[in-house]
Amino acid sequence: MTDTIIHFSLILLMPPLLLGIIGKTKAAFAGRVGAPFLQPYYDLVKLLQKGSVFSETTTWIFRAGPVVTLAATLVAATLVPLGNHSAPVSFTGDMILFAYLFGLSRFFTTAAALDTGSSFEGMGAAREVTFSCLVEPTLFFALISLARMSKSLTLSTMLTYTSPDIWITAGASMLLLVGALFITLLAENCRIPFDDPNTHLELTMIHEVMVLDHSGPAFGYILYGAAMKLFVLGAIFMNIALPARTGSSLGDWGVFVVGMVLLAVLIGVVESIMARLRLIRIPQLLIAATILSAFAMLLILR
Amino acid sequence: MAAGWQITDYLFAGMVASVVLFGISGLPGLFIKKPGWGQLIATGICVIAALLGTGTAVLTVVTGSSTAGYLLDWHLPFGPCEFSADPLSALFLIPLFLASGCCAVYAVAYWPAGEHPGSEKKLTFFFGLLSAAMALVVLARNGVVLLIAWEIMALSAFFLLTTDQRDPDVQRAGMVYLIATHIGTMALFILFAMLRGTTASFAFPVPHSLSPDPGLATVILVTALIGFGAKAGIMPLHIWLPSAHANAPSHVSAMMSGVMLKIGVYGIIRTVSFFSLPPAWLGWLILCLGGISALSGIALASAQRDIKRLLACSSIENIGIIFIGLGMALIGIQTNTPLLAAFGLTGCFIHILNHALFKPLLFLGAGAIIHTTGTREIDRMGGLSRRLPRTAPLFLAGSLAICGLPPLNGFIGELFLYLGAFNDAISSPLPALALVAPLLALVGGIAVITFIKLFGTIFLGSPRSPEAAHAHEPPLAMLAPMSLFALFCLVAGVCGQLLLRLVTPAVASYAQLPTAIIDQMESSVPLASFTLLNLSLLLLILAIGVFYTRQTVKLPRATAATWGCGYLAPTARMQYTGTSFAEMASNLFAPFVTVSRSGPSLSGPLPAAARFCYATTESILDRVLIPVFQAIGLAFSYLRRMQHGQMHLYMLYIFATLFVLMMWRH
Repeated sequence: MTDTIIHFSLILLMPPLLLGIIGKTKAAFAGRVGAPFLQPYYDLVKLLQKGSVFSETTTWIFRAGPVVTLAATLVAATLVPLGNHSAPVSFTGDMILFAYLFGLSRFFTTAAALDTGSSFEGMGAAREVTFSCLVEPTLFFALISLARMSKSLTLSTMLTYTSPDIWITAGASMLLLVGALFITLLAENCRIPFDDPNTHLELTMIHEVMVLDHSGPAFGYILYGAAMKLFVLGAIFMNIALPARTGSSLGDWGVFVVGMVLLAVLIGVVESIMARLRLIRIPQLLIAATILSAFAMLLILR
Repeated sequence: MAAGWQITDYLFAGMVASVVLFGISGLPGLFIKKPGWGQLIATGICVIAALLGTGTAVLTVVTGSSTAGYLLDWHLPFGPCEFSADPLSALFLIPLFLASGCCAVYAVAYWPAGEHPGSEKKLTFFFGLLSAAMALVVLARNGVVLLIAWEIMALSAFFLLTTDQRDPDVQRAGMVYLIATHIGTMALFILFAMLRGTTASFAFPVPHSLSPDPGLATVILVTALIGFGAKAGIMPLHIWLPSAHANAPSHVSAMMSGVMLKIGVYGIIRTVSFFSLPPAWLGWLILCLGGISALSGIALASAQRDIKRLLACSSIENIGIIFIGLGMALIGIQTNTPLLAAFGLTGCFIHILNHALFKPLLFLGAGAIIHTTGTREIDRMGGLSRRLPRTAPLFLAGSLAICGLPPLNGFIGELFLYLGAFNDAISSPLPALALVAPLLALVGGIAVITFIKLFGTIFLGSPRSPEAAHAHEPPLAMLAPMSLFALFCLVAGVCGQLLLRLVTPAVASYAQLPTAIIDQMESSVPLASFTLLNLSLLLLILAIGVFYTRQTVKLPRATAATWGCGYLAPTARMQYTGTSFAEMASNLFAPFVTVSRSGPSLSGPLPAAARFCYATTESILDRVLIPVFQAIGLAFSYLRRMQHGQMHLYMLYIFATLFVLMMWRH
């Protein structure tokens, strides 16, 4: 019960903090003081109190976009284990539902973008669905490897099964998996080198382009949902990359929170030292990730 | 006689009555002079037949009663005329009857007799005949009876598809269809001749009785794959499919795509059931064909600009997914891994039912859109969700369902295929099957691109043409069948148990699985948890939606034009079109999709007006088959010298042939 309460509080409260840490890291690299860690929370509160501007061309789809996206992300967040703790809801095959819930949210985000009738947002929507379509096989190769290792088809078992021992026995494939999943994490959350979440006005962008016409609470939902998606996928990544176990429940929660903070710092470092890729290079990197996770699967199935 | 009737007999009688009703539904219309009445009478009969047929078919499946054979004691040269309805047949009959009834109702508003006086009789008569013939194919237990019903089905579909026969596109589509279907039928002739050769009867052999020895079995199975597979539209044999589905009236496309393709799948499934064990190569072959069809079908679909052609190509994808399930199941049966067989077959059968719900929904929706905008080109549409507020959510439901997104029904079928692949990766000796999962994921990803493009270009944004700007909502007779399909999609998606209940009898009887395996499969897929999460997803959407609406009502709101990227005079034509939306994906899947670009070459100052053309081409038909057929035609032109219209020479040919045959016999 305590674990469930902690799970939901972390899911609901922690995601914007990651954005704050990423921002602070980037500021440190740039030699700036940077916005406070809690700035994303202030932004969200302010957005929720603001009025909205709707385009004349939009319909109910435009309003449904952020709502469905947030709902689907929340449901997905109940399926994913945090740290060494099983998810509140877990059953056979939940990993497929997990993957498809993000598909549902993507459908509605891109539909909302197309609803504005702007060529700019249409372009972002096209890029988003094309790139995420290339990410799907990577995710499923990784899921198969995890299922094979843990002999289970539930996300909770598959991810809490990993332990430091696995890094010793199946180190090569774990390394490949971590590489592939990190690329997936950056691509799915539209971070550098795939997309720059801080610019809104350049023609090489993906996610931020789509949400250009959203304002007020709807934009707040989108930012919050995006942060939660980063948190959820990050939690999966950390479970594989850093399977540290303390033995006590509370200790595991501590390890998890520290791990997520480290991940945010890592993303911040990557964003500081890399430039955004040219658009035509993105599919190549995504396919490279697919190949990495396919090799990881081969090593495990063999 | 009636005293000795069992419940199964009543159910079978209900199905037969429904078939007869469908068959004769168009007859009164042929003799009624006044336009419109024939169509109305036929629709009434079709609705009664559909209710009766769907009801009895569902009951047959649910009660699990495998009806014994019913013998029609006709003394025909090919032996007794036997019909029967086991769970497998009944499973195919459910979507058949349901779609026939719904499409008949739709036709009243879509193709009203008043506006199409010439084609009304033809369309009404052959529509009922098509449904009846398809049902007969599924019920037949005799090769020749099946072939007769098959030919009636194929020809009815041809006449329905060429309803608009003055259009050259329709003529070409009809010709390609006719040739493709008859090449398929030719393969079926060989198939049933071979079967007769082994069993000495045209009656179907007892299930699981033939030995899968190489030789005859190979010929039988390969001809079945060609003959039935051509009708199902698997990848190398799909060439007739996109143009036929695109050029038929929309409710006929819905029938052809939602139901008739499955009759081909049924044929393959039935033929394989004759053998005691499927040969090892068959499962892998069907799996590979399925994978190729799924991937290339959806890649082709993503590049299409014609709404119905896009839906037709996506049918190739869905047939591919069905074949992936069937292939998994056959491999499971062959290698004696019953759980894999159970997962594969369940996924295959559930996807058959699912596709028969959402594909007609999408085709009927496409019909409504074409009806009101007068074009099939999605790049000329846009902004229709304002003008068609009822059609838009129905079409959205169909699009979500076909992408396999929860909480709609497409997800349930794919779930079983994924679990089969994953289970196999965990435990069994064939981990190569695990590759099915990433493949399905990739196909699902392209499906999302395709259907966001379709829905977004048609319904969202602002209208790209005056016709789209003045579109109007279709009448109730068109909306009601679509709503019914959408409702079924939602209910089946949220309560996956209902779908599972419909398919398990067929799965168990087909693969001869003990109940323990079925129970094991059912218990390892906690559909109740999926239902719970689907419901909580819907509730959460509702809750957040209500919260959001209340919030926006309180806060100030303004309406303005979409930001035009700084252009002073943005127009609707500057929107992203469907073509531009999918262009990036098409480039990535270039091996499957051939695109022809004819760009202007501009030179010098003040160049003349130029035009840029971007079209996807039908590569297999245009580049492979038509040249081959032309070469064959050239070769046969020498034979044509024998045919010159002189009757006495023809009589000589007949006499010579008879003479040679009689000499050969003795």
